[in-house]
Amino acid sequence: MDAGERDIVRALEKMGIEREMAELVAEDFNVSELKAGRDELLALGIEEHYADDILKILGIEESEVKFSDIELRVNMSSLPDKIKEELKSKLRVVRRKLSREKLDSIVDRAEREYEKARVEPREAVGIVAAQSIGEPGTQMTLRTFHYAGVGAIYITLGLPRIIEIVDARKKPSTPAMKVRLTGEYASNRHKAEMLAMGIEETHIRDVAKVESSTEDMCIRVYLNERELSRRGIEEGEVIDKIKSLDMPIQEEDGKLKIYTRNNSYHELLRLEERVANMLVHGIEGIRRAIVRKSQDGEYMVYTEGSALKKISRIEGVDFSRTTTNNIAEIADVLGIEAARNAIIDEMLNTLEEQGLDVDARHVTLIADAMTVDGEVKQIGRHGLAGEKASVLSRAAFEVTVDNLLEAAIHGETDELKGVTENVIVGQPIRLGTGAVELVAKNYSELR
Amino acid sequence: MKKGKVRGKVSILEHELVPLHEVMTEREVEELLNKYKIKKEQLPKIKSSDPVIREIKAREGDVVRITRKSRTAGKTLFYRLVTK
Repeated sequence: MDAGERDIVRALEKMGIEREMAELVAEDFNVSELKAGRDELLALGIEEHYADDILKILGIEESEVKFSDIELRVNMSSLPDKIKEELKSKLRVVRRKLSREKLDSIVDRAEREYEKARVEPREAVGIVAAQSIGEPGTQMTLRTFHYAGVGAIYITLGLPRIIEIVDARKKPSTPAMKVRLTGEYASNRHKAEMLAMGIEETHIRDVAKVESSTEDMCIRVYLNERELSRRGIEEGEVIDKIKSLDMPIQEEDGKLKIYTRNNSYHELLRLEERVANMLVHGIEGIRRAIVRKSQDGEYMVYTEGSALKKISRIEGVDFSRTTTNNIAEIADVLGIEAARNAIIDEMLNTLEEQGLDVDARHVTLIADAMTVDGEVKQIGRHGLAGEKASVLSRAAFEVTVDNLLEAAIHGETDELKGVTENVIVGQPIRLGTGAVELVAKNYSELR
Repeated sequence: MKKGKVRGKVSILEHELVPLHEVMTEREVEELLNKYKIKKEQLPKIKSSDPVIREIKAREGDVVRITRKSRTAGKTLFYRLVTK
């Protein structure tokens, strides 16, 4: 092997080509007069993408732009993934008309345009987001309830729902889940119905009449056979449940008597309520469950009431695609990032349902602001606005006197960095062009 | 009918709402802080009691890299500092 060949081997190795391959290429071709094309290299048993790389290193360019060229060139750019994909698909269509130079300049241009479209530093994105959601908000229905399109389950929509999300309520006014199912449960209506019935909460009061009797100081439970069979619950289940109370019990045909321990009237009433509210079946909090076919043709269960953690343990439930409209619950069970996604999804869906088109970026910003500190914070006095660093800004928002008094007691200073406080004192705000005081051209050269 | 059969715990990491969380190495953290010229404390936070943090066993003071799905960009990276 002469010096020239060794150079080639080294150069090829640097490009990540295995030594063996590199030697093979260097031996078989005299580089200075190499006319070998792709086909010859392929014939040597070199893999396709290696062959392309080798040709490139050797300075032999195939004139035609290949799919792999588009792929490589676009991936090298600084564009976000989604735009890369779009650009690639458009370039593939016009591939035959492309030359390498054209490809380069198209991608460069795309990069430049993308940079231009980005938000400028110091742009007041928060205010833009507030306006962009506020204005369409004036067109939203104030009517709280809505047919959610699924059976008779009602879900709060419209403006009240948006307020609920932004206020980060611990529990929405109408909690609901969309439960996705796996395998057979998703394709067989009967199985899905069975699952739905199995998770609907059933209390003793739903399947029996519970009465207290002061005469002999006991609770009488009359089981309702029809209700029991309709819900597919065995009598034994109910009796076992009552027995778990660990109270003196007497069984008579179809009737149960539960005696109190210390014969007090007060205890009797408490016991009556406790027995009536005992859960015999299903998941606590799921008041109704309805089976519907989803758009993709799978059966799924819509529930009134929400219990994400418990539903995850039910056989046949595809937990990974099951969601709830209770954002606090999502934060507890799935973490802060999932809560952020849920806020975005819920808000966009609510807006879209009302026929309003708000850019996802505004909603995303709100969700980000609500979740930066690792917990879901409301946008208001008890959350974001209440935690602002500036005294004046807080005082301008709500409860002015309290804020000023509190700040005076602690001797707080206001740095006058935000918008509100500068408007209050009558200074230009430090945003946009106001963010810059003096700029010397070519400052670094002057120094 | 029998009550819905109970099965073992399902991993929350597979849920479609949960993006990928990874603990970053010291070097990666340093590069990140240098890139944005910030201190660790200036990063967004995530609680050590967060279910995902417990699942991936990250500890207080770690920085996690979160690979989010983005409607506008396809994929974006986000970083959070694990706090108490």
